[in-house]
Amino acid sequence: MLLAVLALLAVTVPIANLAIPEGSPLHMSTFMVTLLGKYLCYALLAIALDLVWGYVGILSLGHGAFFALGGYAMGMYLMRQIGARGVYGNPELPDFMVFLNWDALPWYWYGFDQFWFALLMILLVPGLLAFVFGWLAFRSRVTGVYLSIITQALTYALMLAFFRNEMGFGGNNGLTDFKDILGFNLQSDGTRVTLFLCSVLALALGYLSCRYVVTSKLGRVVAAIRDAEDRVRFAGFRAERFKLWVFTFSALLAGIAGALYVPQVGIINPNEFQPLNSIELVVWVAVGGRGTLYGAALGAAVVNYAKSTFTAVLPEVWLFVLGALFVLVTMALPKGLAGLAARFKRVQHA
Amino acid sequence: MLETGSPVSEPAADRHPSRLGSIDAPHNWILYLDKISVSFDGFRALNNLNLYIEAGELRCVIGPNGAGKTTMMDVITGKTRPDEGTAFFNGDVDLLEHTEPEIASWIGRKFQKPTVFVNHTVLENLELAGLPDKRVWPTLIKKTSWEERARIDDTLRTIGLIEHTGRPAGALSHGQKQWLEIGMLLMQNPRVLLVDEPVAGMTKQETEATAELLTSLAGEHSVVVVEHDMEFVRSIARKVTVLHEGHVLAEGPMDTIQNDPRVIEVYLGE
Repeated sequence: MLLAVLALLAVTVPIANLAIPEGSPLHMSTFMVTLLGKYLCYALLAIALDLVWGYVGILSLGHGAFFALGGYAMGMYLMRQIGARGVYGNPELPDFMVFLNWDALPWYWYGFDQFWFALLMILLVPGLLAFVFGWLAFRSRVTGVYLSIITQALTYALMLAFFRNEMGFGGNNGLTDFKDILGFNLQSDGTRVTLFLCSVLALALGYLSCRYVVTSKLGRVVAAIRDAEDRVRFAGFRAERFKLWVFTFSALLAGIAGALYVPQVGIINPNEFQPLNSIELVVWVAVGGRGTLYGAALGAAVVNYAKSTFTAVLPEVWLFVLGALFVLVTMALPKGLAGLAARFKRVQHA
Repeated sequence: MLETGSPVSEPAADRHPSRLGSIDAPHNWILYLDKISVSFDGFRALNNLNLYIEAGELRCVIGPNGAGKTTMMDVITGKTRPDEGTAFFNGDVDLLEHTEPEIASWIGRKFQKPTVFVNHTVLENLELAGLPDKRVWPTLIKKTSWEERARIDDTLRTIGLIEHTGRPAGALSHGQKQWLEIGMLLMQNPRVLLVDEPVAGMTKQETEATAELLTSLAGEHSVVVVEHDMEFVRSIARKVTVLHEGHVLAEGPMDTIQNDPRVIEVYLGE
């Protein structure tokens, strides 16, 4: 179902944007293409969270951190692509470093002029952080609310760190003013559509790989960990290792989502690390329906569409709407929109 | 908190043959607990506990609430590390050096509250418990083989749930969950089964069926049953161990135990 929608989007959106002339009612603006692409990145992030929350029972309130780290890795590549075209015209240093009177590139910016290196970091940085964090947390058997609070603290700490100018990630302005990716102009319709298609592909592959994981024996083991962790241990499984690998895989997906998000929205700043973002993410998954994967993607799209609409019309009420939505869904639809869809299907069959 | 002045017998192990003869005592027993003590915040849950189980034996452990039965199981299965004492499996495996998942391949444990994976079917529950390779990557690519399926079917027949193969475990009755959990232990193929209150909440017929099941498992496995239901204990036990305040109060055949004045005092007197 999700794959069908994605296939449909992959075919119609490029045609509607590139082939159909602007005057036609069927034309889709590049703004709209980018907006959809953004939703797809959110959907991938939501699926990543659903994998750990819905299937392993780890309520991560810091998944936005992995998304943001993937985004920063891509942003650093895009910064280096600007080269001498920045305001200060320094071929080596990004503008914000010149502004800070730095005379050399910090060591951790080395290599980011290479796309392959950036791709590696997009996977490695969130993956490694998740691995180390998970190793410490799961080994000490931190679970439930305590684990959620630590994940929240993780993203908050990263936010504070990235806000600092001395960190060398552009402080509160973050990284922006990107010009091109792999030599293609980021503002052109063709590049935008290509990025959109990459997002479709990433979401489809992310969904399929998660599907594979949850339907495998490993998926059954982690669901068993969610339902009765002690039983799993006494059945001879090292529960903490299962959690660790699924958590790390989920962080990788979140990192990829962030990396695709940044070139489309054109900016990455420390606000992406805000605890609020990670909590909103949990609301998307809850609204869509936890433990279904496609529900998470649906929730991400629906809530963000509502957000785009509301923040345009009545920006000050959005947070109330979000809160009300969460309360409403947990009270009336504990299985989210996916549960509602399943109920309709059953009624039709009956 | 505990009354320490009460008349306490000689530690049962001192009368045990293993203590008299051989020096390498652990080697004669499938399960060997010696002078185990565990304290939680000053409360002595286990106090110099000795327990020796023979291969193939069916042993019942009884005792009032708080006697230390569950803590004893926690020590054996690696959940709780004792402050003092030694615990060996099969003579040479030091249980205190291993983790829960490692111990699980030798010693299976059924919880007091029946614990099965409620969102998985009966078949899937058994399949998981019986996976031959329980590391992360093998489980990702593993498909169930015909031999494994046959073994699952055998177990389903043993525990009497063959009719319920495809049902979610959460939909089973309380008694059926108890059996399923025992079936999961069997799939792990351990040498020792620790069974905590297997007949709690069961009907009379179910209790009888469980008694039959556990008796049939002894021999091939060593079975240690912790139970409150005295009638049930009488129906299966050849040898009973009575725990009280964290140590062994009495040990022997049911008839002797029932007439032991100290046991009567612990159970009836105040």
